[in-house]
Amino acid sequence: MADLTKELHTQCMTLQMGPSHPAMHGTVKLLVDVDGEEIHIVKPEVGYLHRGFEKMCENSTYHQVTPFTDRLNYVSPFINNVGYALAVEKLLGIDVPERCKYLRVLACEISRITDHLTCLGASGMELAAFTVLLYSIEAREWMWELVEALCGARLTTTWTRIGGVAYDMPEGFEQKTHQELDKVKRLIDDISGLLVKNRIFYDRMRDTGVLTADECLAYGVTGPCLRAAGVYYDVRKAKPYLVYDRMDFEVPLGKHGDNYDKFMVRVIEMQQSIRIIEQVLDQIPDGPISVDDPKITLPPKEKVYTSIEALVHHFNIIIKGIRPPKGEVYVAVEGGNGELGFYVVSDGSDKPWKCRCRGPCFPIVQAIPKMLEGSMIADVIPTFGMVNMIGGEMDR
Amino acid sequence: MAEGIILAVKIAIAVLFVLNLAGLLTWAERRQSAFMQDRLGPNRANVFGVTLIGLLHPVADGIKMMMKEDFVPAGADRIVHTLAPFIALFPAFVAFAVIPFGDRLPIFGYEVNLVVSEINVGLLFVVAVMSLAIFGVFLGGWASNNKWSLLGALRSAAQMISYEVTLGLTIIGVLMVYQSLRLDEIVRAQGDLLFGFIPKWGIVTQPLGFLLFFAAAMAETKRTPFDLPEGESEIVAGYFLEYSGMKWGMFFMGEFAEIVVIAGVVTSLFLGGWQIPWVSTAALLSVFPGWLVALIQIGVFSVKVVILCWLQLTVRWTLPRFRYDQLMRLGWKMLLPISLANIFVTGAVILLIQHFKGV
Repeated sequence: MADLTKELHTQCMTLQMGPSHPAMHGTVKLLVDVDGEEIHIVKPEVGYLHRGFEKMCENSTYHQVTPFTDRLNYVSPFINNVGYALAVEKLLGIDVPERCKYLRVLACEISRITDHLTCLGASGMELAAFTVLLYSIEAREWMWELVEALCGARLTTTWTRIGGVAYDMPEGFEQKTHQELDKVKRLIDDISGLLVKNRIFYDRMRDTGVLTADECLAYGVTGPCLRAAGVYYDVRKAKPYLVYDRMDFEVPLGKHGDNYDKFMVRVIEMQQSIRIIEQVLDQIPDGPISVDDPKITLPPKEKVYTSIEALVHHFNIIIKGIRPPKGEVYVAVEGGNGELGFYVVSDGSDKPWKCRCRGPCFPIVQAIPKMLEGSMIADVIPTFGMVNMIGGEMDR
Repeated sequence: MAEGIILAVKIAIAVLFVLNLAGLLTWAERRQSAFMQDRLGPNRANVFGVTLIGLLHPVADGIKMMMKEDFVPAGADRIVHTLAPFIALFPAFVAFAVIPFGDRLPIFGYEVNLVVSEINVGLLFVVAVMSLAIFGVFLGGWASNNKWSLLGALRSAAQMISYEVTLGLTIIGVLMVYQSLRLDEIVRAQGDLLFGFIPKWGIVTQPLGFLLFFAAAMAETKRTPFDLPEGESEIVAGYFLEYSGMKWGMFFMGEFAEIVVIAGVVTSLFLGGWQIPWVSTAALLSVFPGWLVALIQIGVFSVKVVILCWLQLTVRWTLPRFRYDQLMRLGWKMLLPISLANIFVTGAVILLIQHFKGV
């Protein structure tokens, strides 16, 4: 019998996965060439959510940039707020009060939990474990109530100010946090109970979307994806900012760099974040929440209405902005998906000459073809889920 | 004449049973999943403020589906595209014809066997008819002229054919135990007692067969964890991606009707059908009139079916989805060998029993 494979002419089918596809949350397109169920070529196409963040920053005063940062990674806005504020403060050469540092750490860790919960829940749902999504959404809801208590908003927080934070913890916040963290802990246990030892889930996640340590470093991948490959790099440990050096927490590491390890790293990171929040609440000192410098921070509203100095300072900051000295800084914080860096250049004027954001998603999305080529269509789902691409942060 | 009326009543019972239960299941699924996920689920649809704990939602859904635009994509094969949902829907109803929902009873002077059709190859009929559902799914995916639908169709064809093998092989074990292909005979045989006190239900004589059959049957219904042909996050909605309105509704109803039929078949084969443990039909007839016994048996059968439906919904909302190759591996490398082993073990045990009884 003749060799049938030679006679049959087959060609790859190109699928446009996205930008509106159930799994491509955050508007991205994957051009996938498939042969049956097998993936041959993957080309991610980004930019559907490009809003010109960096250009907008160049036309705004330093204070006006903060609301833009909310919209970078919109599931963990506090971390973006804090990252930007830290960069400008470094440019100004000021140090914020102790209480403010603790508050910022608290907010960052709340955001990290919401970020990871969203990622795990969404990936669970895409693997058809819909119940997991609703459990994590419920847990996220508890965390968002805390966010709401802190700043009044759930997503557009704009909570940090250059030189401090906008609001202190409200009354009864500590007790509420303890209560809700307990609920969240239980829900995290429920989520991992449903999935971690589930054979179907394990088979779907293990050995899919593998990115080895070398590949991660070559692509510039950071965050849970890098740690899942076994590289010990967490900005909170490598270059401690705020008060992370005083916190007792562990950085989970994976071995294989596959989706399962990425999942587990995120689960454990949430538990560690809860530990950090509890320590913050134990250690937080009393004191001011912003630097006492009217050239940098806005005076309190009641003073603006009652004293002429405060009114003038308020007017100056709003209309003229603050003017950091000439120079350039790069400050990185550990975002939900990895190193979130802000590179701010000042030419001495009231607007940043350049405000570059190094989002962690972009390098990871770049590495998607490496993770997917040679696998099956179904593997796109957990892999993309564990990449946790956030459109706002990647396309800026 | 009387024969015709009895048959018409039996057909009405069977069709209404499937249709109503399938309709109710759409509500039950949403309600149950809601409770599993700490939500309330549908509870808003109302008529003058009467919500009936959300029971009006299936009605509202039906009206909605009727009113929606019936969209056929450009380049689609119109005839096949229209035909496919019908092909997908009807096997579930037809298969129910051989499932008994009561014993042979004297009702108002007539000897009535409470099964629509007394075919002597009943079990084969179920398998044969159920396998026709593939055509609806496959043709629907093919005719839609959409790449995702095509992928869904390919997956469904491979999946349903693979699991039918296991389905067929597990039935052989049941056949060997009860020595009949007629479902009503099989159910009647399950009324006996083993060792004088254990009901001789299929789940007792064929525990492995029960698990295998139930797993393979769930794969046939194409629901999570076996919903690869649909795979809404991977291939969008798979084979029914290009369907809207009532045509989509028919695929949907077909899926729920299949749940009911599979629950019915599993009940008949493994859970004693309409049998009440330790209570025979003769004992019931000595106390109650025939029509009441019929109602009791239909009720018992319904309860068992509803419990199995509940089990299927629970599984659906708990487990994630398989991957294509893992599904094939499960079907061919695990379920198939185990079902073959089940046949051999069953055969060996039957031979041993015969040997010791000296038959």
